[in-house]
Amino acid sequence: MKTVYVDNNATTRVAPQVLEAMQPYFSECYGNPSSMHSFGGDVAKKIKEARTAVAGLIGADPEEIVFTSCGTESDSTAIRAAIHSNPGKRHIITTRVEHPAVKNLCEHLSKNGYRLTVVPVDCDGRLDTDFLVRNLSDDTAVVSIMWANNESGVIFPLEEISQTVKERNIVFHTDAVQAVGKIPINIGRTGVDMLSLSGHKIHAPKGIGVLYVRKGTKFSPFLIGGHQESGRRGGTENVPAIIGLGKACELAAGHIEAENTRVKGLRDKLEAEILQQIPHAIVNGDRDHRLPNTTSIGFEYVEGEAILLMMDALGICASSGSACTSGSLEPSHVLRAMGVPFTSAHGSIRFSLSIYNTEEEIDYIIEKMPPIIARLRQLSPFWQDFIKKQPAAVG
Amino acid sequence: MWEYTDKVKDHFLNPRNVGEIENPDGLGEVGSLACGDALKLYFKLDENKRISEAKFQTFGCASAIASSSALTEMVKGLTLEEAAKITNEDIATYLGGLPKEKMHCSVMGRDALEHAIADYRGQKIQKSEGRIVCECFGVTDLEIERAIRENNLKTIEDVTAYVKAGGGCGNCHDNIQEIIDSVQGQALPKKPQPARLTNIQKIKLIEETLEREIRPALKKDGGDIELIDVDGNHVLVKLRGTCATCKASQVTLKHYVESKLKELVTPEIVVEEV
Repeated sequence: MKTVYVDNNATTRVAPQVLEAMQPYFSECYGNPSSMHSFGGDVAKKIKEARTAVAGLIGADPEEIVFTSCGTESDSTAIRAAIHSNPGKRHIITTRVEHPAVKNLCEHLSKNGYRLTVVPVDCDGRLDTDFLVRNLSDDTAVVSIMWANNESGVIFPLEEISQTVKERNIVFHTDAVQAVGKIPINIGRTGVDMLSLSGHKIHAPKGIGVLYVRKGTKFSPFLIGGHQESGRRGGTENVPAIIGLGKACELAAGHIEAENTRVKGLRDKLEAEILQQIPHAIVNGDRDHRLPNTTSIGFEYVEGEAILLMMDALGICASSGSACTSGSLEPSHVLRAMGVPFTSAHGSIRFSLSIYNTEEEIDYIIEKMPPIIARLRQLSPFWQDFIKKQPAAVG
Repeated sequence: MWEYTDKVKDHFLNPRNVGEIENPDGLGEVGSLACGDALKLYFKLDENKRISEAKFQTFGCASAIASSSALTEMVKGLTLEEAAKITNEDIATYLGGLPKEKMHCSVMGRDALEHAIADYRGQKIQKSEGRIVCECFGVTDLEIERAIRENNLKTIEDVTAYVKAGGGCGNCHDNIQEIIDSVQGQALPKKPQPARLTNIQKIKLIEETLEREIRPALKKDGGDIELIDVDGNHVLVKLRGTCATCKASQVTLKHYVESKLKELVTPEIVVEEV
C-alpha cells in the first residue's frame, strides 16, 4: 500500500539533495570545525556557507544565526535570554495558541515569579492585537508570539505587532517554525529580535534548529560551554545536520513560489472538494490569512482518532487536534482557544501538504474521505439524532 | 500512535451489530458529545429472557467503537443476571487488551450495559447519588471509588485512564488522591463536601444568570455584556455598548456582575474582562 503523507506540519521528509549534501560529513569530512588544522577548518568553512544560506532564507545577516538542536531549544533560549537580560522586568506576554515549547515554558515561568498575559484569539484563530497592545507595560520583559499556527495555519500580522512592541523597547520573540519556508520572511523589515526555526519542518533532518538573534539584542546562552556559535551556544556543532539545513534553506528559498502556487492550489482543491462532498464539515481558522499548505477541517459528530485510523488503514497520514490521539482527553488548546464548537472539535483533522505531494495523491484523499466520514457517522448516535431532527436538510 | 491489538482493529474496522433496535427491551445511553465519547446500547430479550439481539451506536475513538462492538457480541444469549456480571476488564480481555490510557472505553461499555439493564427493570441510575469530583468530565466520587476498587488502581493517572476523572484542568487531582488513599485503606475518608456543579451545569447557570439578571440591568444604562469563556471558576466577559467606554465599568464588573454570579452560581466565581 502506498503512503500518502499530508502531515508536513508534524515533520517532513529529508530532501534527497539535503541527504546527499550531508553524507560526506558523516564519513570522510569528520573534522571538528573548531580545530586548528585545515581538515577541521574546511568543515568550518562549510558551516559558514550553511549559515549564509539560512540567513538568506529569512533576510538576516549570517552573524545573527545561532544553530541549536531543535525549535524547542531555540524557543527556550530566546525567552530565557530575554528575561535574564532584563532582570528588573517580571512580565511575559504570549498567546493562547502557542506550541507547547513556548506555552509550557511560559506557564512554568508564571509559577516562578513571572506575571503572564495570554492573548486570546477569535473564532477564526485571529489574534486580538488590541488586547496585546493594551497589556504592554514597562514591566514587560518579552513578548513571544508565533508567526503561524501549527494547527489552523493562521498567520499572525507579525510585522505590525513587532513594530508596536519595539516602540515600547520590549524584546520580541517569534516561533516561526511553521512559517519559515512556507511564506516569504524578511526579518530585517520587522521589529523581531529573535526568531526560532526548525530544520525538520523544511526538509532538513530532525535534531537541528536555529535561533535568529538580531544584532544588538542582549543575549545570554542557554547551553554554557565552549566558544561555538560565538559563545551563544556551547557544544560541538552537529555538522551534518547544519550542512543539511543550509541545503534545505537554499532549496526552500527556491520553493517559496511553488508553496504559494502549486501547493496552495492542491490544498485549496482538497479543502473545496471535501467541503463540497461532505456535509457539515467546517474549516477551522481564517482562510484569508493562512499558510498555503495547511487546512484544518472539523467533521461534525465524529471523532478524530477514529477518522485518522480509518485514513491510516488506507495509507493516508494526517493528524488531528482531537483529544484521543494525544493521550489527553480534551481537544487541543488551539481548538479550545478558538472556541471551535464541541460538535466538530473532537472530529477535527489537519491536512498539511508539502512540495512533494502530487495531484494524484490529493485526488486519492478526496476519493477516500467521504466514505470514511459517512461510515463513522453511520455509527454515531449524535449524527443519527441530528438527521432525524432535520430529515429534509441532509441525506 | 496507540498499540491496538488485531482484535481491537478488527472490531473498529468491521464493527458488529451497529444500529438501533426499534422498541428495545433495554436502552442505555452514556457519555456526551462534549466529553468526546458516547455510547447508545440497545437490547432485546427472547421468550426465555435471554438477550437475543444487541445493537450499538458509538461516537468516539477506535477503542470506544471496538469496545462497544465487543460488548454486543459478549452479551448475546446471556440472561440479564449473567450480563450484569460483565466487568470492564472482561471487555478489555475479550479484545486482547486495551492501552491503559484507553481503559475508560471499556468502562463506558460496562456503564452503558448497566444503564440498559436498569432501563429494562424500570430503574433509573442516578448520577446525583455521588458527589461530582471531576467537573471537566462530570465524574462522581462513587464512580471513582468503584473503578479503584474493581481495577485496583493506585495512581491519579490510573483513575484518569479508567474513568477520565482528572483528565481536564487537573484541579481535582488532590481529591482523587484522597479517594485513592481512602479506598486503598491508607487514610480515613474525609467528610463529604457539598454537591458541586459539573462544568456544563455551571456554564448553563452562568449563561442563564447573565441573560435573566445581568444583561437586562446593564441594558437599562445602554450597556451590555458578552460571555466569552468559562475557565474553571474564571468567567471571561467582554463589556459592550456604553459599558465598554464607561470609567466605572470595572466597578460594575466586580460589584455587580461578579457578586450576582457568586450569589446565584457558586461563591468561587471570578469575573474578568478580556
